[in-house]
Amino acid sequence: MTITRTVSRRNLLSRTVRDIIVITGRNLIRVLRLPQLLVFSTIQPVIFMLLFNYVFGGAILLALPPAAAGSYINWLVPGLLAQFALFSGGQTAAGLTEDLSHGVLDRFRSLPMARSAVLAGRTLSDLIRSAFILILLLGVGFLIGFRPQTNLTGVLGALAVGLVFGYAWSWVMATVGLLVRNGESIQAAVYLVIFPLAFASGVFVPTETMPDWLQMFTEHQPVTVVTNALRGLILGAGALPVGQTVSGQVALAFLWSAAIMAVFAPFAVHLYRRSVS
Amino acid sequence: MDKAIVQVEKVVKVFGHKVCALDGISLTIEPGIIYGLLGPNGAGKTTLIRVLATLLPPDAGTARVAGFDVRREPAEVRARIGLAGQFAAVDDFLTGRENVEMIGRLYGLARGVARQRAGEVLERIRLVEVADRPVKTYSGGMRRRLDLAASLVGRPQLLFLDEPTTGLDPASRMELWGLIKDLIATGTTALLTTQYLDEADRLADRIAVIDHGRLISEGTGEELKARVGGSLVEMSVPEADRARAIEVLRCLSAVPPSYDAQRRKVSLPSPNGSKTLMEALRLLANANIQPHDISLHKPTLDDVFLALTGRAAIAGDGPGTSSDVKEGG
Repeated sequence: MTITRTVSRRNLLSRTVRDIIVITGRNLIRVLRLPQLLVFSTIQPVIFMLLFNYVFGGAILLALPPAAAGSYINWLVPGLLAQFALFSGGQTAAGLTEDLSHGVLDRFRSLPMARSAVLAGRTLSDLIRSAFILILLLGVGFLIGFRPQTNLTGVLGALAVGLVFGYAWSWVMATVGLLVRNGESIQAAVYLVIFPLAFASGVFVPTETMPDWLQMFTEHQPVTVVTNALRGLILGAGALPVGQTVSGQVALAFLWSAAIMAVFAPFAVHLYRRSVS
Repeated sequence: MDKAIVQVEKVVKVFGHKVCALDGISLTIEPGIIYGLLGPNGAGKTTLIRVLATLLPPDAGTARVAGFDVRREPAEVRARIGLAGQFAAVDDFLTGRENVEMIGRLYGLARGVARQRAGEVLERIRLVEVADRPVKTYSGGMRRRLDLAASLVGRPQLLFLDEPTTGLDPASRMELWGLIKDLIATGTTALLTTQYLDEADRLADRIAVIDHGRLISEGTGEELKARVGGSLVEMSVPEADRARAIEVLRCLSAVPPSYDAQRRKVSLPSPNGSKTLMEALRLLANANIQPHDISLHKPTLDDVFLALTGRAAIAGDGPGTSSDVKEGG
């Protein structure tokens, strides 16, 4: 039997890109063909926004800085963008555990495809989904009175920062998915990680009103940093706590995203290679 | 360079610190045949397939597929194998064609080639009519066939079939068996795991019986049966005559006749086949004993299994069965 090597290093990169595109496409087709998933995963953020705005809005309004222009929805939308970048990572975990339990990952791992493509494709398709959801949130927010106080560049910049953070975060969720591995417990595990970050943050209310010990956490945790960056970009520097600058918060948000990626992407890939369903 | 497609040498795989799934197993598979791995649940069949498919690294020993070491050259191995499993890892929300094309692309085929190959494979596997329907509308048998099609699109030299018919209805099983037989005629080698003895008997050119992660016996089905011993004469006689029957038949074989109380049958090893049967009838007639029935019985793989593992095979009630029925709906 003659041995011919089929994998040359030169075309490894183009193979990887191709494989990522194939997996991303497959995941997106699944979303489009599962209308319930699409409908509920888009309705949920919208309902959340309406609820928070009309239930909390009146009470919180008094505590807001002038940069909110006297409207809670202006304060809320940037925070919700950060929060839903966080929540949509839950889909990454759920999608992976589903593929794991159906033996799909076994098949992928037995194929001569790029090792990183399954996770990269999964996180990319979830990135595209969250871009869709964040844009939808901006649109629905606009309908109920949200008005950016800066300019279009600020809004697009905010979208970019939110998506970069969401992408980094989906690697954390990929790690959780590959660790938990069980479709029934994954939802609980995801919320366990997400809720403290989402609510002990500056998303809904200014952090100054929280007890000192909690402020230690809330002021520095990534969701607050990203929320501040988004508020600065959408509402202007006046929306930030004293002493912070817009560019400083944006830089910090990117730094957090990079740090999260640097830790969790290799960890998730390591778990994926060892995963056995 | 050996021309064996699979070479397993003293492979060990331990899960955790206690469970020894593979206990120094060695075997060699020549190309172009269907090789059956037969064993009860937990015998190590699936673990061996996972090691060979590069899904699990062996803890000790070496395993080679088409000459490539599964641990050191996994990419080369993956380019040459196809995996079809008992869980039918196909995507419910894609159509059959999309599923096969996607796998083709992931084997590294260009888009056009993948499309053309997918068409060919779907034709061969007789799924063309339903190829553009989402897989969630497929029956259990159709899903297995699609799974098989997906594993073939890369034209693998070695195909792993991990319990391909577990949980299928008899008609679907027969159909899948036919397809697998046809495939091998085209030169692919298949490594089949099964807990169905008839499946191993029908499909496999050679069979390895494994238990507790060890190879217990290996050979063609006929060889395995011969190793267990020749035929048996089985009869039921009136209860009053039983002791006397056993007495008169004692001279016919080295091993004395035995009585199986559960089945109420006297069985007699018959090294000389039908000659022993005729002799037994003559002796019984002389003793004026008339059996209710009497038959010459060739050993089945069931007997092989029982003799080799000391356990009856569990055909048809594996844990996979009930869940697969659900999945097939």
